[in-house]
Amino acid sequence: MIVAERKSINELVDMLPNGSKILVLGCGTCVTVCLAGGEREVSIIASALRIASRARGLGYTVSELTIERQCDNIFIEQAAEAIEKADVVLSLGCGAGVQAIAERYLKKPVYAGLNTKFLGILEERGMWTEKCAQCGSCVLHQYGGICPVTRCAKHLMNGPCGGSREDRCEVRPDRPCAWQLIYQRLKGIGQLDRLEKIEPPKQWSASLSGGPRVIVREDHRI
Amino acid sequence: MNSTNKGTTIVAFCCIYCAYAAADLAGSMRLQYPSNVRIVRTPCTGRLEVEYFLRAFENGADGVLVAGCEEGSCHFKEGNLIAKRRVAYARKFLAESGLEPERLKMVNVSAAGARQLIEHIKEMAETVVKLGPSPLNKAKRSAPQEAKL
Repeated sequence: MIVAERKSINELVDMLPNGSKILVLGCGTCVTVCLAGGEREVSIIASALRIASRARGLGYTVSELTIERQCDNIFIEQAAEAIEKADVVLSLGCGAGVQAIAERYLKKPVYAGLNTKFLGILEERGMWTEKCAQCGSCVLHQYGGICPVTRCAKHLMNGPCGGSREDRCEVRPDRPCAWQLIYQRLKGIGQLDRLEKIEPPKQWSASLSGGPRVIVREDHRI
Repeated sequence: MNSTNKGTTIVAFCCIYCAYAAADLAGSMRLQYPSNVRIVRTPCTGRLEVEYFLRAFENGADGVLVAGCEEGSCHFKEGNLIAKRRVAYARKFLAESGLEPERLKMVNVSAAGARQLIEHIKEMAETVVKLGPSPLNKAKRSAPQEAKL
């Protein structure tokens, strides 16, 4: 899922125009699961903005709404009335959600209330870790299901580097060395021979480096 | 009880298994405590969400006390530990929003801890006196009226 993190109230206050009617708009999908932009977080952020407004004399009028999915026009429709009534929208969706709202409401300023961080999973309670860099050409099968593009700090396709300490990454000692994990995993599934093959340089044109990506499914187009 | 408390309000969320019983005991013991405290009985402090604390301030509280069981004694095992983390998180929001985080505090008392609970309430009342009324209430306080809770 997409993992995001809230901006501080000070950052939001700096962004939002004084005296405006603000709709804090949450999203019920990924950002709800990562506890950044769901119904509860909308309630907390809206409350904190009201407190900030009264404590600092900012003149906000804050309303709240959470829709099922901000990145889908069908669900955005449910927020139409609330968006129309507001001067500005503070979206607690991911970057895709913010843009979907902005594209739909051309004259309505939309502000991002979250910093969208990565594609990851809930590793432990209250802790999310990055697992996929969306490189566009998946090689997970070659590495026992552990992604060297994402989880090796140096993105090494032929690792490990000389900096692996025990099972720790030298760049982030609090994180495991991805290549140690790859070795253990391949050993566990009896595929260590995969490491004897030298991988050629990765083709990055399929990633964001090749420009914004589009997928077209002709069988679904009308 | 204290004239300096006049016009301010402290909300005390009290767990029914400990602090609320302690407050009840304080009444039976005829112990005196600040008259500006409003006790809210809760099934467990772990039931309290971050927005409850923020809403209390929005609705006129000058200080909020969260009184749960002693650590290790929660009726629901870890409700008070959950509350401790939520209070810490809510304090960050208060600080970012422009309210003093000291206005929100978590304390732990047993059902027999009437005197301890009262000490905690008095401490919070003193904190509110020291900090003054919540900036959210200042405009309202200029025209005397009861805080709406």
